[in-house]
This record gives sequence, structure tokens and C-alpha cells, in this order.
Amino acid sequence: MTGQGKSGPGVGPSLIDATPRQQRNTLALWLSRLEGPQTMGRGRGFWSVLALAVLAAAIYPMFVDGWTVGNTAYFLVWTFMAMGLGVIWGYAGSLSFGQTAFFGLAGYGYGVLTLNFGAAYGFTLVALLLAVGLAVLLAVVLGYFMFYGRVQGVFIGIVTLSVTLVFQAFMAQTAGPEWAIGAARLNGFNGMSGMPPLTIPWPGGDVLLYADIALYYVLLGLMLVVYLGLRMLLNAPFGNVLVAIRENPERAEMLGYDVRRYQLLGFVLGGALAGLSGVLYTAWGQYITPSSMGITAAALPVIWVAFGGRKDVTATLIGTLAMIFLYQWLTIYGSQYAIVAMGVILVLTVLFAPEGIVLSLMRWLSARLTPAGGRP
Amino acid sequence: MILQTRGLCKRFGGVHVARNIDFGIEAGEIHCLIGPNGAGKSSLFRLILGAHQPDSGTILFKDEDVTRLPPFARIRKGMSVKFQVPGIFKDLSVRQNLVISFQHHLHGHDLEATIQRVVAFAGLEGLEGKAAGTLSHGRQQWLEIGMAVGVEPSLLLLDEPTAGMSPEETRQTGEMLRVLNAQGVTILAVEHDMSFVQQIADRVTVLHFGEIFAQGSVQEIISHPGVADIYLGASDD
Repeated sequence: MTGQGKSGPGVGPSLIDATPRQQRNTLALWLSRLEGPQTMGRGRGFWSVLALAVLAAAIYPMFVDGWTVGNTAYFLVWTFMAMGLGVIWGYAGSLSFGQTAFFGLAGYGYGVLTLNFGAAYGFTLVALLLAVGLAVLLAVVLGYFMFYGRVQGVFIGIVTLSVTLVFQAFMAQTAGPEWAIGAARLNGFNGMSGMPPLTIPWPGGDVLLYADIALYYVLLGLMLVVYLGLRMLLNAPFGNVLVAIRENPERAEMLGYDVRRYQLLGFVLGGALAGLSGVLYTAWGQYITPSSMGITAAALPVIWVAFGGRKDVTATLIGTLAMIFLYQWLTIYGSQYAIVAMGVILVLTVLFAPEGIVLSLMRWLSARLTPAGGRP
Repeated sequence: MILQTRGLCKRFGGVHVARNIDFGIEAGEIHCLIGPNGAGKSSLFRLILGAHQPDSGTILFKDEDVTRLPPFARIRKGMSVKFQVPGIFKDLSVRQNLVISFQHHLHGHDLEATIQRVVAFAGLEGLEGKAAGTLSHGRQQWLEIGMAVGVEPSLLLLDEPTAGMSPEETRQTGEMLRVLNAQGVTILAVEHDMSFVQQIADRVTVLHFGEIFAQGSVQEIISHPGVADIYLGASDD
């Protein structure tokens, strides 16, 4: 099948074709909401593979040391920003080049809050929500002026990139002692550090989520929840409208949809997910610097999502994890080379698989696995 | 009157595309808007939809002033539109096109039933899974008419519904519109194919240089000497 629903959802073995008897089964009904024309992967085959992948990810910490698991957790940190960019760019058709603005704002927000108020009584979790709330606020304001001001196409990329670069430039000049919010020094180009990790209050002693096995499991669970949640949302009427706007905004408006409102909602969702990544990144390494909002940082998510396949959340997720792994592996040989390699991969993707390399492979695979005329 | 315009004016630079237009559509009729190229047909169409804002004048839809409402809000009030260039989602399946068109007021079995009904009405049986852009031109037009009528509009706006169609497809489209009209849908069609206008129209409005030049039944318009001069004579050679 295709991410754009080139064939009707009524064909082929699928959970969505639940018989009336099965539909009475609440579980089957919920599962059916995970499938639809806006996401690839359906039926027993897909969900079995996904279950195996989750199982492998769950037992993986048993076979490696804690440091490596903590490093793998770092990969997971970025997936939220990537999936959010997939929603804005791949589904709603507006390329944001500045997701790092939300990432950085929420990351700094978490730092300022926790450096001032500490980690007791589960405050880090409150700080996480407040910091993501800051990102949402920025997305609402920025998105309102862009979409209700009818900013379109490449200009959305330019505006969002400008915003993240302004943030970076601003934070980079906050080195002096006068740049402090309460107890939190902003520290200019060196960035902010020393904030507590996420801390879960627990009877008999708080659980501190340092870059280790516990954090890995929390992030894995969170990633799974966000991924499945996005699948439901994108296959729900909301996702249909986003895709309609991407394909033909005028027609979407003339079907009675307030296009600007849906674009704004998609943008805010993407901003919230980028903010979540920012908080998790800050809590994972207990630092954040202005370079996390710089042009390289801003370009990387675009490359991950383009490589994976922006029009399908599964392809985005797989592609992002693969690219971050590759990037880190290449960095061993020199970070400049790694950036050049990312650029080369982007060019190759655009030339040979403009819909995304992972997505193209998934389509090829599903065409091979599906009998002619059917749909996986 | 289901739709009325009062003193509608619109200029683009020095060009008056609408000059003081007082125009009305009776509920239940098929009304055709004709005129030579550049007469202001499409502009009036877009003013009614809200895609253009008038410089002055008002638009009443079901006795409510909708002049300042954005297009989507007018659609929600019961207008529906089919554009000249097929305004469909070409990369999406026929079924997806219909789901997106109807999902904001229909759900579950009602949605499914409407999709089946529209698929049958628009002659698209067996094509539900096909990407809409791969359909023949005529079928793409019918799909869009299906998308526009499935929402059960009170006023259906059609911009050259038969553009690019074969004579047979044009005839079938006319029958389709007759069926819809019999079901109670008021239709305003911008059209330049006079034989098609004769097939479907109850009343005709002729626009010329952004002004209403003549109005009346098909017979009155055909026998109107001025209309023949500006329009029919020019195109009927």
C-alpha cells in the first residue's frame, strides 16, 4: 500500500476490516483505529513485526552495559521532534526549519525551572510539562501569525529558521552574570548545566533517571505511546484534513475546513513534540547549549525526516533512529565528516527517493509481500 | 431567494470585474451564468464563495449576510462548489476523497452509506481504491461533483462543470444535475456551452463587462438580440 492511500482501505486482510462480531470487541476496535490510509503497516504481519521489535528493544539492556543503554536512550530522545516534524511537514505540507526553537526553549525552560526549584516532590515532571507548555505557547503565537497571516510554502521554512537562529544568537550572548533567571545562570555559549535529571517520586526513595537503563525504558515507553497515539490521530478525521491541506489547500477550504486552524493545530503538536525532545535531551545529559538551536541542529531533523519518509510516521521513526545511529558512528571519525555525510545522504535521498528512502523500501517490501491487486 | 447580491462591486486595478451587481437565485432552480470571456463570470462566482472580497455591496445567503465570512464558513452554511479545473486530491484514493469531503458531518454507517450512494451516483463503482488523479478527465469531474453533492448542499456552485468533457459525458452530466435538482438542490452553473445550458437551465443570467446584461428563461435569452450580438453571435459561427 501507500502512505497516501492509493488503494481503498477495504481491501486485503486488515484489522480495519473487523467483522461485526469482532467490532463488538473493544480491543479490536481500538486496534482498528491504529490503521488507516494515512499510515503504512497493517494487519497481523505488521503488528507481529512491531511486537517483536518492541520485545527486542525491551530485552536489549540485558545484553549490554548501562553506559551503552544510556547512549541508546539518547537516540530515543530525538524521535519525538522528528515525528512532530513529520506531522507538520509530511502530513500538513508545511516545512518547518525551526523545530529546534521549540526544542531549545523547552530545554532551557526545564533547566531554569529545575535549577530554581530542585527535583523534590516530583517537580522535574511538573517542570517537563511547564517547559513543553512554553514550547506550545511559542508555537501558538508563531503559528498564529504565520498561518493566519497566510504565510505559505518556503516562507514557513524561512520564518521558522530565522526564529531558531535568533534564539541561538540571543542565548549565545548571555555569558555575563547579569543573565540569570533566579538561581539559573544562562552562561552564554557554554550553555546551562547541572540541572537534575527527571526524578520520579517513589515510596522508599525517588527514582533518578540518569542516562541509564531506567531512563531508557521510560523513553522507550514514551516513544511507543507517542507513535501509536500519532497513528490514531493521523488516521482520524484530523489526519485526513491535514493530508487534504497538503494535497490541495483550496479544495480543503472549499470543503468547509478552516485550513489555518488545522495548520496551526498541526504546528502546535509538532512544537510540543520538539519541546518534549528538548526537555528529555536536557534531562538526559543535564546540559543544554545555544548550539542546539543553531543551523546544523535545525537542519538535522529535516534530513532525518526526509531520509525516512515524511509522509509516514513509521518511516520517519525508523529513518530517524537509523540516521542518528549513523551520525554518532560517523562522528567517531570526526564530526565535520559526519555532517558532510548527512548532506550527501540528503542529496541522494532527494535524487533517488524523494519520498524518503525508508518509505520507498517499505512500499517496495509491501508490494512484494502482497498478492497482486491487494493491499498489505 | 436562496442567494442574493446587492450592489456588488469588485475591481482589480483598473478593471471592473463586477459593477453594481444585483443578482438572485430562487430556491430550487437551475441557474446558468453565461457571458463572453472576461465578462466576470468566474469573478462573480468567487465573490459568492468568498474567495474574493467585494469592494462594496452585500451577499445574502438564506437571508443571512455572509459578505464577510471566509469560504469555509459559507460552505458550512450549505454552499458547495465544484471548480473548473478538477479540484480533487489527485494522490489520494477516490474513497479518501469522499471520506474527507463528508467526514465533518457524517460518521460511521452514515458516512459509509453516503460514500456508496455517491460512488453509484457518480458512476465510480469499482474505482474506490484508485488514486483520483488516474481517473479519466470526465470521471475526475464527476468525482468532484460527487464530493460537492454528498454534503447535501442547499446551493451547488459549478464552474464550467463540463469543461473538457466529451459530448456524451456532457449529456450524462446534465442528467446528473437534473436528478440532483429534482432532489431539491439549487444549482448555479457558470457555463459557456449553450447546448448544455439549454439542456439544464431554468433561468439564465448574461454578464458582460462585469455587469448584468440580460436575465430570463433560456428561450428569452436566445431570442434576445443584444445577447446574440455580444455572445452567441460571436461564438456560434
